Amino acid sequence: MNTLIAISGLGILSLLAEIFNARKAIVPVTIIGLLAILGFNISTYNHLGAYYNNMMITDKFSVAFSSLFIVITIFLVALSHEFYKDQKTKISDYVGIKVFLLAGTVAMVSFGNLSMFFLGIEVLSISLYILAASNRLNLKSNEAGMKYFLMGSFASGIILFGICLIYGATGSFDLNTILLVISTQAYPQWYFIGIIFLLIGMLFKIATVPFHFWAPDVYEGSPALTTATMSSLAKIVAMATLYKLVMALLPVQMYSFQLIIVCVAIASMVLGNIMALRQNNVKRMFAFSGISHAGFMVSTLLLMSNAANTLLYYASAYAVAGVAFFAVVMYVTKDKENETIDSFNGFGKSHPLLAGILTASLLSMAGIPILSGFFAKFFLLNQLVHTGWLVLVIVAIISSIISVGYYFKIILAMYTKDSEHTLPKVPVMYQIVAVVALILNIALGLFPNVVLNLLG
Amino acid sequence: MNNILVQIGIENYIFLCVVLFCIGIFGVLYRRNAIIMFMSIEIMLNAVNLLFVAFSTFHQDAQGQVFVFFSMAVAAAEVAVGLAILVSIFRNSSSIDIDNLKNLKG
Repeated sequence: MNTLIAISGLGILSLLAEIFNARKAIVPVTIIGLLAILGFNISTYNHLGAYYNNMMITDKFSVAFSSLFIVITIFLVALSHEFYKDQKTKISDYVGIKVFLLAGTVAMVSFGNLSMFFLGIEVLSISLYILAASNRLNLKSNEAGMKYFLMGSFASGIILFGICLIYGATGSFDLNTILLVISTQAYPQWYFIGIIFLLIGMLFKIATVPFHFWAPDVYEGSPALTTATMSSLAKIVAMATLYKLVMALLPVQMYSFQLIIVCVAIASMVLGNIMALRQNNVKRMFAFSGISHAGFMVSTLLLMSNAANTLLYYASAYAVAGVAFFAVVMYVTKDKENETIDSFNGFGKSHPLLAGILTASLLSMAGIPILSGFFAKFFLLNQLVHTGWLVLVIVAIISSIISVGYYFKIILAMYTKDSEHTLPKVPVMYQIVAVVALILNIALGLFPNVVLNLLG
Repeated sequence: MNNILVQIGIENYIFLCVVLFCIGIFGVLYRRNAIIMFMSIEIMLNAVNLLFVAFSTFHQDAQGQVFVFFSMAVAAAEVAVGLAILVSIFRNSSSIDIDNLKNLKG
């Protein structure tokens, strides 16, 4: 709870800094503040509690996931200073919106009441609409913002309808009361319709097939830093929330529900990977790769034991690789009309360090050992075998083999082709973020037990 | 108040709200003017608000009505952002037709 208050305070502080003409201090102060909040948040790991009539519940799940979100936000804020160099006057807005977005994500993973969940998801979405359309002179960015806005508010409407039906069936928004009602009394069947609506709305936000069609357009049109936010932060937040919702509202999973999840997961993995093979734009390719990773993450809903740990590990591996990937992509594609794979030609010779980091993060996402992406897939599939959905495991393995194809397209372009143009000097911050993200990635791969035992 | 609800029946409220919600959904899917799409989204949200109030009376519980305030505030904030995006689209392309937004294709 105090984490949420501190984050909101930090957001207001970064807006106030604009008034007091302290523009240069915004990014460092926000990073230090977020680090302090991260430390505070970790210190609440063993102090569980419910606040404000069960509105917010601090448990191991919420503390672990909100720490992950804070770490990702620190990376994103660190990248902002360089990325918004041309719009220095607006830096406080951008940083402020990112911090408020973090407040929304923390509310989403620690809700104890469906109204808190709804407010959290709306704070997250509205911040992202603004960030997606933030390059206002560029029609592509406007279009991305518009599409994201229409799809996002459509999904919000569906989520709201789901909440309403659950309220109608049980007479409460409180998770504990709902659980009590459905385990003791007879309740109307539209409770399940409500859950399906919630599921549809959340799958929209996570961007899984068949609700994925907005993702490639929005990812391509948005400014690169926003794409990084959407792909690394928003996706795992929505996934963690969906996991918490399903575990809280559906204590006994029916076969039909499992079948829906399996179909969604298989369709996302196959379609995401096959469509990614055809893309020439890096951001668009990453969108489809994100859809296939969403398929992997959705399948954690089928696991009964230890699923939260697996999801946390997969989400951290995916997000950390995504941050390293975007730190390099933002440097390479700066001041370019579009982000084609050709922009990476000869990058391996001119910038061996950044090219190495990009290669490592791509290999992590493809699932090559030592890097955390491999272990994430390994633990997930290892547990999926025990649930009995063998077909899902087989499809997952085949689709991750396909995924190597398009990740290597970038790697080949970097190391085998020659460059036609020279790039400006590498900004220090991009380099630091990329290196730290890669170190985190390898550390996660070498010591998986640190994360895997967090949630007990 | 509860008497009226008993006379009309909660089912009829649910039917009305589902119909309104579907009008909103079809409006978003089939109309191509951005303003009308915004209006359709508002219809969707307001249909849900109506259902919240009906359920709130049905359960004799004030939580549902309080939630309506939250969802109205959120809807207002959302539409403010949407209209701002629309204004910047209009400045760049002098049109608010969604079909003109075809720069992103792959």
